Amino acid sequence: MPQNYVPIFIFLLIAFLIGAGTVLVASLIRPNNPDKVKLMPYECGIDPVDSARKRYTVRFYIVAILFVVFDVETVFLFPWAVQFKLLGLFGFVEMMVFLGILIVGYIWIWKKGALEWI
Amino acid sequence: MDVLTTPLTAFSQYFSKSDYVLALPMILLTVFALGILMIDLMLPEEWKRLNALTALIGLGFSAAAVFRIHSLLGPEVSCIPGFFGTVVMDRFAVYFFYLFLVGAAVAVLMSVKYLEIERENHGEYYALILFSVIGMMAMACGYDIIMLFIGLELMALSTYVLVGFLRRDQRSNEAALKYLILGAFSSGIFAYGLSLFYGLTGSTNLGTIAQGLEKRISANPNDPVVIFALLAVSTGLLFKIAAVPFHQWAPDAYEGAPTAITGFMSVAVKSAAWALLLRMFLFGFYPLRALYVPMLIFVALATLTGGNLAAITQTNTKRLLAYSSIAHVGYMLLGLIASDGTSNTTGIKGIMFYLLVYTFMNLGAFAVIASLRRREIIGDDLDDLAGLYKKAPVEAVLMLIFLLSLAGIPPLAGFYGKYFIFLSLVETGHFALAGIAVLYAVVGLYYYLKMANAMFMREETTAEPVKSSPSMSLALAICAIGTIGIGLFPNVFIELVNWSMSGANAATIAQLMH
Amino acid sequence: MVPLSWYLLLSAFLFASGVAGFLIRRNIITIFMSIELMLNGVNLAFIAFATVRHSLNGNVFVFFVMVVAAAEAAVGLAIIIAVYRTRETLNVDRVNLLKL
Repeated sequence: MPQNYVPIFIFLLIAFLIGAGTVLVASLIRPNNPDKVKLMPYECGIDPVDSARKRYTVRFYIVAILFVVFDVETVFLFPWAVQFKLLGLFGFVEMMVFLGILIVGYIWIWKKGALEWI
Repeated sequence: MDVLTTPLTAFSQYFSKSDYVLALPMILLTVFALGILMIDLMLPEEWKRLNALTALIGLGFSAAAVFRIHSLLGPEVSCIPGFFGTVVMDRFAVYFFYLFLVGAAVAVLMSVKYLEIERENHGEYYALILFSVIGMMAMACGYDIIMLFIGLELMALSTYVLVGFLRRDQRSNEAALKYLILGAFSSGIFAYGLSLFYGLTGSTNLGTIAQGLEKRISANPNDPVVIFALLAVSTGLLFKIAAVPFHQWAPDAYEGAPTAITGFMSVAVKSAAWALLLRMFLFGFYPLRALYVPMLIFVALATLTGGNLAAITQTNTKRLLAYSSIAHVGYMLLGLIASDGTSNTTGIKGIMFYLLVYTFMNLGAFAVIASLRRREIIGDDLDDLAGLYKKAPVEAVLMLIFLLSLAGIPPLAGFYGKYFIFLSLVETGHFALAGIAVLYAVVGLYYYLKMANAMFMREETTAEPVKSSPSMSLALAICAIGTIGIGLFPNVFIELVNWSMSGANAATIAQLMH
Repeated sequence: MVPLSWYLLLSAFLFASGVAGFLIRRNIITIFMSIELMLNGVNLAFIAFATVRHSLNGNVFVFFVMVVAAAEAAVGLAIIIAVYRTRETLNVDRVNLLKL
């Protein structure tokens, strides 16, 4: 049924409007004084065109470690989200326990200073 | 639209209180481990000992929860399945729970002073010990390959970090790296084997896998896919117990790790690996017995030879004890060979008894080595033991007791461990294997006495005194009481082992499930 | 429909490439990538079996293998950083203080 796709189009439209809207609003209200370093593709100080064999700072590794761990945890959230109704309150409580353990880990790395860019 | 209008499923449909009674030992440990992480953030440097205390309290609460399960397993209840059959709490599991908790508690006691000397006194250390115990428990009570795999990985990952805990020490992080690389490799092979078993039987439940394999193997006793899958899974398991030829990680990891962790690895981690191996071989793969016994005979002989002969030439005590622990795995494998594929045989009881005995005597030996760690001296060289009797007579005598027990001299505990293994071999007619095992026991005596010789006969090399701490004394006392106590009153502990194996076999569990 | 054996062949190929990479390569990071490749071979086998046998457990196992792989990578990277800080090389042949 073609009309079944209407919500998807509305969804796409809203997604597009949010994206375009934020870019537009940001460009209107932010101060605008570009310089050479700021306009580089990666603002974090990596030269975009260079030998791939070059060494880069170990801080990226720490960010990568934290990213990998917290990124992959979402793999458990997807099935839960799909079967949210079926799993019911029990699933919700279990998932909150799971997220609670993750949050303890998050607080720990935060307090340990792993999130600081020293 | 019906997705949005259906009501939420009721809480009670999935929640069952009895499941959580079974999981309570693990839940309590999780709470305490997370608690340590949070408390540690607020503790000033001089209060860091509190973390060890918290860990001990957590282990104590967990032990109480295990005891509650213990009391539920009366004479007529041989096992309690839970969580839709993914967990089976039988006496076998409870027995191993106690072993893990004792091993972890003694390791915590050994660590307090040691970490202060190493200046790496962080709360994470104790949290990781608790996390690895949770993994071990999942390995002992899991009845589903998913559960077993997660348990194995939780334990292994925590141990990798613990081995490399002395971040500034080159040997420690090199050991962690080697252990991690080889460990991850073996887990990969293990998981591949599990995927083949899943494909062969269509189930992740050990009981259903066993039934599927029984059908398959009766159709074709030499099914190549079954053999390949069995080889892959056995490789992973034999790696984890450090059997030759998959033992290379053990001496490196044992030498580089903080001594308390070496002790912890050699007893609790090894017991957990044994729990997993026994669970899989006796409950999941018993139809494949004709296939795995020849392989195990080869591995056991290689392990006995490799472990004992390599130990002779070692000059580092931790490395020597690592090879000796490989040799002990060889004896235990003989027990598995002498069993008839079910749990209720002398061979399996011998393994269980050996693990109990081994927990006390090996931890004790490592506790003495850990107590030699002081300011500039690492204390893990054979020369560091020289003249120990003059400097610290109590430690030296205790070490002698542990070493003699490891060598299997009566009336110490180690003798009974070996006795049951040899008995099971003779009972089942493996006379050649029994003869070889006795021969290697004599070889073992040589290198244990070499260490004793250094302590009692040689002159001391340094004047630096050995200072004990209350927690270390307690750890040594527990190990000594265990080693001597089991040796003097073996009947009490044999009863415990008999209890742990009674009723728990694949058939009863299968009955309960269906 | 693609027959099961094709998936299994691909899975075995991935796994074997991982094993070969593990044995041949000398850089620690590459060795880690080889291990990930092995685990991906395992995942593919589980997914294929789960689809053919209409059983969900295989899919669940894959989730856990993915998380385990991520945790292994995280711990591995952390240990690699520690090794690099104390000895400035990532070649496994030069990480040889403990005799083998």
